[in-house]
Amino acid sequence: MERKIRVVMAKLGLDIHWRGVYLVSQFLKDAGMEVIYIGNTFPEQIVEAAVEEDADVVGLSTLSGNHLTLGPRVVELLKENGMDKVKVFMGGVIPPNHIPLLKEKGIHEVYGPDTAMEVIVTGIQNAVAFTQT
Amino acid sequence: MEEIDKLIGAARAGHKFSTARLISLVERGDSSAPYILEKIAPHTGRAYTIGITGPPGAGKSTLVDRLVHLFCRNRFSVGIIAVDPASPFSGGALLGDRVRMNIKDRNSNVFFRSMSAGRVLGGLSRTTRDAARILDAAGKQIIIIETVGVGQSELDIAQATDTVLVVLMPESGDTIQIMKAGLMEIADIFVINKADRPGAETISQSIEGMLAPGAAARQWVPPVYQTAASLNRGMDELYEGIRRHREFLQDQSRLEQRRKTQLKTEMQRRIEEAFSELLWQEFSRNEDLERLVEDIWRQKTDPRAAARRLVSAWLQNKKLGGPGNS
Repeated sequence: MERKIRVVMAKLGLDIHWRGVYLVSQFLKDAGMEVIYIGNTFPEQIVEAAVEEDADVVGLSTLSGNHLTLGPRVVELLKENGMDKVKVFMGGVIPPNHIPLLKEKGIHEVYGPDTAMEVIVTGIQNAVAFTQT
Repeated sequence: MEEIDKLIGAARAGHKFSTARLISLVERGDSSAPYILEKIAPHTGRAYTIGITGPPGAGKSTLVDRLVHLFCRNRFSVGIIAVDPASPFSGGALLGDRVRMNIKDRNSNVFFRSMSAGRVLGGLSRTTRDAARILDAAGKQIIIIETVGVGQSELDIAQATDTVLVVLMPESGDTIQIMKAGLMEIADIFVINKADRPGAETISQSIEGMLAPGAAARQWVPPVYQTAASLNRGMDELYEGIRRHREFLQDQSRLEQRRKTQLKTEMQRRIEEAFSELLWQEFSRNEDLERLVEDIWRQKTDPRAAARRLVSAWLQNKKLGGPGNS
């Protein structure tokens, strides 16, 4: 049976912005993925959801400047739980010069506000196709 | 299969990711699924299952969250399977039940799994039941299965549990709406959630009114509880109601009977599936099929008669020990 990509989508920490994460969730659903939306959550809860839901991807939405602290923490906790294969994506308002830092810490990809939806969808599809083999 | 044995061992020892992976394998219809289910069978049958269903927006997920709190407080370990609909266009799904879960106690023994109604191969209730069996084997004492109460398959799931809660709200409409949806027959307990809003008393009374005739002859008359889950009102009473239904079932081996009836229904479904798959393999190869389709197309016969002809010819062949009997 065809395997669907499972994505845990979270608003990182106390970030209140919702439009971006809703829109991206909708598009991922329309691209045939199973999106588990968990709302405002901290790294511990995000990773717990990823474990229980057997997620392939974690999507983090952040527009409030917490990306450098909480983002890498998600990657760390995933590793601690033996889930290194889960790809972490980030989206929102993130200064371009922070992107290399985030990638260094294991964030797979970072998407800014003007990213086309197709780019996000194929970005996830490619990353997961890579881990599934 | 050594890897699967390891997963099962770890899941039974409380390793969450192993439990999660086992559910994925069974959900996906992986080739290891039959092995997994057979292997865990000796460890199942211990958990108590609660089905929660009702129209969208009645507050089912919030109610589940509050119930889980109460179960945890009483030192039960809890598994939750929340089913949400899938998009009929893309096959994808937006699973949003988890967002209502607010378990803050990090030590609480809770496992939550979201499931899409779209991905299942042989009926929704089969997959959720198998997932529940995995949670059962992993030592969950209470398993809550939450589905939107629209459509037959969703009702089937709820019905395959020990206690069925039908969750409504003051705006759920009159009793005709509720009867139409088929919710009246399956409820062991009615919950009018969002009872802080006007109209809760009216709908409670009309449901009680519907249940009153014939109540004397029934061993269990579904009670109606009013709750406001988001305000944490009425939850202790509801919890007590569930406990009372459980007690009722445990008396006079009613639980055993109920589960055996459900297992029989499940067996019937699975036999039907197995047979129809087998038969279709047989008939789809039959040259007469194409010819009969042609006849129907030319209005020489109708699908019903054609199907009957095909089946009786096949049966005849079987009896005579023809080539189909090998």
